[in-house]
Amino acid sequence: MSTLEIKDLQVSVETEDGPKEILKGVTLTINDGETHAIMGPNGSGKSTTAYAIAGHPKYTITGGSVTLDGKDLLEMSPDERARAGLFLAMQYPVEVPGVSMANFLRTAKTALDGEAPKLRTWVKDVNGALDRMNLDPAFSQRSVNEGFSGGEKKRAEIAQLDLLDPKVAILDEIDSGLDIDALKVVSDGINAFASREGKGVLLITHYTRILRYVKPDFVHVFVDGRIAESGGEELAEELEANGYAKYIGAAV
Amino acid sequence: MTAVDTSLDSIKQSLELDKVESHLHPEGSFDLAAHPVPTGREEIWRFTPLKRLRDLHTEAAFGGTLDITEQLAEGINVSDDASGLLGVSGFVPTDRIAARVANAAHGTALYEIPAETVIEDASVIIVRGTGVEQAVAQHVVVKAGRFSQATVVFHFEGSATLADNVEIVVEDGAQLTVVTIDDWADDAVHVGHRHVKVGRDATFKHIEVTFGGDVVRSDTTAEYSGPGGSVELLGLYFADAGQHIEHRLFVDHTAPKTKSHVVYKGALQGHGAHTVWIGNVLIRKVAEGIETYEENRNLVLTDGCQADSVPNLEIETGEIEGAGHASAVGRFDDEQLFYLRSRGIPESEARRLVVHGFFNDLIRQIGVGDLEEKLTATVEAELAKNVLNNEKDNA
Ligand SMILES: Nc1ncnc2c1ncn2[C@@H]1O[C@H](COP(=O)(O)OP(=O)(O)OP(=O)(O)O)[C@@H](O)[C@H]1O
Ligand SMILES: [Mg+2]
Repeated sequence: MSTLEIKDLQVSVETEDGPKEILKGVTLTINDGETHAIMGPNGSGKSTTAYAIAGHPKYTITGGSVTLDGKDLLEMSPDERARAGLFLAMQYPVEVPGVSMANFLRTAKTALDGEAPKLRTWVKDVNGALDRMNLDPAFSQRSVNEGFSGGEKKRAEIAQLDLLDPKVAILDEIDSGLDIDALKVVSDGINAFASREGKGVLLITHYTRILRYVKPDFVHVFVDGRIAESGGEELAEELEANGYAKYIGAAV
Repeated sequence: MTAVDTSLDSIKQSLELDKVESHLHPEGSFDLAAHPVPTGREEIWRFTPLKRLRDLHTEAAFGGTLDITEQLAEGINVSDDASGLLGVSGFVPTDRIAARVANAAHGTALYEIPAETVIEDASVIIVRGTGVEQAVAQHVVVKAGRFSQATVVFHFEGSATLADNVEIVVEDGAQLTVVTIDDWADDAVHVGHRHVKVGRDATFKHIEVTFGGDVVRSDTTAEYSGPGGSVELLGLYFADAGQHIEHRLFVDHTAPKTKSHVVYKGALQGHGAHTVWIGNVLIRKVAEGIETYEENRNLVLTDGCQADSVPNLEIETGEIEGAGHASAVGRFDDEQLFYLRSRGIPESEARRLVVHGFFNDLIRQIGVGDLEEKLTATVEAELAKNVLNNEKDNA
């Protein structure tokens, strides 16, 4: 079972001119086996939603709640949230020089499971996950994200999703910077994850392109820090045809 | 981390081709009278806490002793008298402490690798201080004969007030690696000078590791006696509360087609931890077609630390292959920590990973037997002192 419940989430960031309100009440529930897509124009607060749920220190929660299977995520540190079953694929994955992917993945897996993975099967698992993302096994010896191309970073995020096997995955613009072949590979990875028992996916994207390969159960249009409209797959098609103009007009 | 990188282009623009004298190259002298007692306002002393030098810079008597244990590989010759070799590397004291050591003729030793002798195993010299009350002066010469290959490790430990001059001669075609490990007890004071003369097509690699001591200040200077020589200076340091660790480097490109590669990385933790890195490179008019790169990075792990980093590149010829430098002082990167933590890794573990990563690429360049493993373990031990405790303060 896994239910991510976001209720009236309000978030601000600290700026030079004092706190700035970015999320103005986001409400969204992701149930078992559901894939939700969030779409919206630049600066509408999509990444803020993802980071706030994952516990990035830059964002201050000013109201609302987020629970995973009834447990209050907002009370937890970022690593506790991950251990509770949350995963965030970042729009811009961070480089960690000098720390090999192998070391990083083993440390993460150990932290999540409370025990070190079995050495023999683990190496195979890592190589398998890399291979499914068309990444050479040599990637496990490279420093985390360092010198990876934009597309390689995104594929490495999905390889992590595969290995770390969370309950709920938030994927922030996983499709940006991918060519069509990489997009298919990444989509296959997301679909493989989503088809596992009791998983939830929140797919944040700017474009409908990826939705041809990853079929969302729900689509939400994000504008100016809140959800302006929710619907099914057809909403994505409408956005494809008409863009965000209608919502932006309404927001002004 | 914010980095200040200077590319070749901008250096070329700032060329002063008509320049002859460089401030990086002060006149030296063996005459003690030429070196007045420093006040602390001098450029070369302004970072150093003179009061904590136990009068090494004034007139502390040299009467102390060291316990020296030599684990020498077969093929290296040792003699306990190098007094006739004063200045053999071209070294001329440019500060009072070096001049005092040169005049003291207190302890002296010569380690010599005969020409064309290739020695696989490292020779390890363990220098153990026996107390801080009586200062010690040491003059040591390491001579690598033509086409020889060897590694010499100086491992300092215990308590001492030590001033030493180490002269290193790498003859034509030789390859010498010297490792200096300052693993002192908390009360040690060590002011060291190392000067190397690198022969034609010779290679010198210095690995300097500084963890212990109250004040450790080291000057490492290099010059070339022929074209094609290469110098690699790698440094790793870790300053804890109250420690002063100062590295001053000067590579004098005195011959064409020579190379220098300098990378120093340090971490600081605890109140009053202070590190200084001065990286001077001079490219002389004759030194056409040289390549140089110098880099210093500091990772400040807690509040109350101070890292000074001053790279200095002076170029007197426009005909160079490449020149660059980078210097940075940074704190833990929140984004890195968040990324690791978002994968379930607890904060203390995430910090450890980041610090290991910071040092790792340097440790990988060392290439001396089991030293890499030992250093990784030492970094681990240093981290256990503070970074983990610090997490509680931040929680
Ligand atoms: N530290 C900050 N200081 C000021 N404004 C900020 C800060 N961080 C985010 N913002 C603002 O918050 C708003 C939402 O940003 P967010 O990154 O969540 O948008 P997004 O929907 O993910 O956009 P994109 O499609 O470009 O990724 C933007 O207007 C952004 O400028
Ligand atoms: Mg975004």
